[in-house]
Amino acid sequence: MASVTLTKINKAYGPVHILRDIDLTIENGEFVVFVGPSGCGKSTLLRLIAGLEEISAGDLHIGGDLVNHLSPKERGVGMVFQSYALYPHMTVYENIAFGLKLAKEKQQTVHERVSKTAEVLQLEALLERKPKEMSGGQRQRVAIGRAMAREPRIMLFDEPLSNLDASLRVQMRTEIAKLHQRLQSTMIYVTHDQVEAMTLADKIVVLNAGRVEQVGSPYELYENPASIFVAGFIGSPKMNFIQGTLVVPGSNQSQVSIAGAGDVISAVNSSRLQKGAKVTLGVRPEHLALRPATAQDDGLEVINVEYLGNESFVYLQHPCAEELLVARAPAYTSIRVGDLVLLDISPELTYLFDDECLAMPRTSLQERSREVGNG
Amino acid sequence: MTIQSLHMQPSTRKLIKHLLLRTAFWLLILAIMLFSVFPFYYAILTSFKSSAQLFSIDYLITSLNFSNYQTVLSQTSFVKSLWNSLLVSTLTVAISLLFGLTAAYALGRVEFRGRGTVLLIVLAVSMFPQVAVLSGLFEVIRALNLYNNPLGLVFSYTIFTLPFTVWVLTTFMRQLPKELEEAAIVDGASPVVTLFKVFMPLLWPAMVTTGLLAFIAAWNEFLFALTFTLTDDQRTVPVAIALISGGSAYELPWGIIMAASVIVTVPLVVLVLIFQRRIVSGLTAGAVKG
Repeated sequence: MASVTLTKINKAYGPVHILRDIDLTIENGEFVVFVGPSGCGKSTLLRLIAGLEEISAGDLHIGGDLVNHLSPKERGVGMVFQSYALYPHMTVYENIAFGLKLAKEKQQTVHERVSKTAEVLQLEALLERKPKEMSGGQRQRVAIGRAMAREPRIMLFDEPLSNLDASLRVQMRTEIAKLHQRLQSTMIYVTHDQVEAMTLADKIVVLNAGRVEQVGSPYELYENPASIFVAGFIGSPKMNFIQGTLVVPGSNQSQVSIAGAGDVISAVNSSRLQKGAKVTLGVRPEHLALRPATAQDDGLEVINVEYLGNESFVYLQHPCAEELLVARAPAYTSIRVGDLVLLDISPELTYLFDDECLAMPRTSLQERSREVGNG
Repeated sequence: MTIQSLHMQPSTRKLIKHLLLRTAFWLLILAIMLFSVFPFYYAILTSFKSSAQLFSIDYLITSLNFSNYQTVLSQTSFVKSLWNSLLVSTLTVAISLLFGLTAAYALGRVEFRGRGTVLLIVLAVSMFPQVAVLSGLFEVIRALNLYNNPLGLVFSYTIFTLPFTVWVLTTFMRQLPKELEEAAIVDGASPVVTLFKVFMPLLWPAMVTTGLLAFIAAWNEFLFALTFTLTDDQRTVPVAIALISGGSAYELPWGIIMAASVIVTVPLVVLVLIFQRRIVSGLTAGAVKG
């Protein structure tokens, strides 16, 4: 168990800059998730921490020690790979014991640690099996066991669940969460799946094009995204964005003019912007309420309705939005394809971004978080 | 022939065509079998004949006469050359595999500048015909004081088996998943441990195959063996067989030569039979999600 500190970490392959000036502090025992689209550098960052790639510039401290030039073993990391990477010619027991034996542990200790690991991960019955005789979920558990057995200071997970099928993924997610509660060790987890990030993390690090876009708790990221990128990345289906113009700036409420939808009130502090500034209004699908348009209204056309059983997604064409707007509706919605509908947007459920894609502070949120804090 | 029989039912015609193709296929296989097996079969046949029977042509074994085998095995120089061959071939295989494996690790898994060039040079070495390097190699062996010594043969054979070994093992080494190596690194394994504890067990099929081929090449090699040895007790079997002579300059003891050839071939057949079980594919199954 240890804390991890990254100071101005850079990684470049020749002229290609993968990571730029990453600053990050990970507390002892924290579960941190790196999330971002493919190619954002999240796996590279994890491999830098693991010691599988060299750091081009910057300092990496684990538990207070500078570890830039130490091997993975000396850093005290354990890693779970996306493809499991079990040693195919060894049994589960040998796989888990491999690192311990290399560390010249006594046979007694090796046996105890392997047994303990197997017990935690419910692998006792599988110890004599070879990897090819096991299912994907079992292999993944062995891979976790192999990383755990040496009792590393930090555990690293590189998209460990993306090779599993959907139901198994949910199950393993819960098991990893339980494992973290039980071991209380520092864990760093890379995924492109924002649901995994939201459910597992104490702290989420959103990466975009080699930079840290935002660091925060799942709640902070969802309620107070720093930029359009984070707002669009966290939440599924993704947030709707509509271009508009700021009509009345204000420190408590702002009025935005949206073509085809009239003026919308947004509960954000936009006092730093001028009247007439170009802004983007963000509304989550669950906060878009729909009502049928009357003949004289200028309604939006329904392009598609997806029925999911527990709910429906309604896709709308908006003249000023590049993508279709998505609204979350009850499963038995009366809205049909081709209908014209109007949007009801309540001010405190909106987000507003300036033309540099940065978010305006939400005023209603502060009150609400205070309520949460008081309760 | 009536007009009716010319216009057979389409299904009958199809059946006849099918049968004809079938027959032609099996005839072809038979011909290939005959071509490849007959010389060896005839050698066995001849080895069981007494010198009086030699010039009668038979295609079946009529009598089992072991006198040729007795003669061959009673020659101490032949038995000695068998041991020499075994020693030379085994050492060649061992050295080739050891160097081949370590070279393949470097060429297959370590990124360095000029990797492709090195591979090409390795390949180029094996392109020269043996005769071209014979005189040069002779000087080297003399300088190393290995003339008329089986170790000289090991040295020269290794030069010719290594390129092949390196290429095949490098190809296999590249196919092993990168994560496997990284997992070993995270587990604290040094490159040597990774190579011998993680990669080598996975490369067994490739090693057995290349090892067998290297063994056969070394076992059957003639030119170097003839050039770099002088005395009977240092020779390997191919040379020993070629130098078997009869009672006079006008007699070639075919029966004895054939018996010796059969004796020499048997170890190879046995080796292939032993190791064919190890030449199994899919040994990496289960390492990564397939």
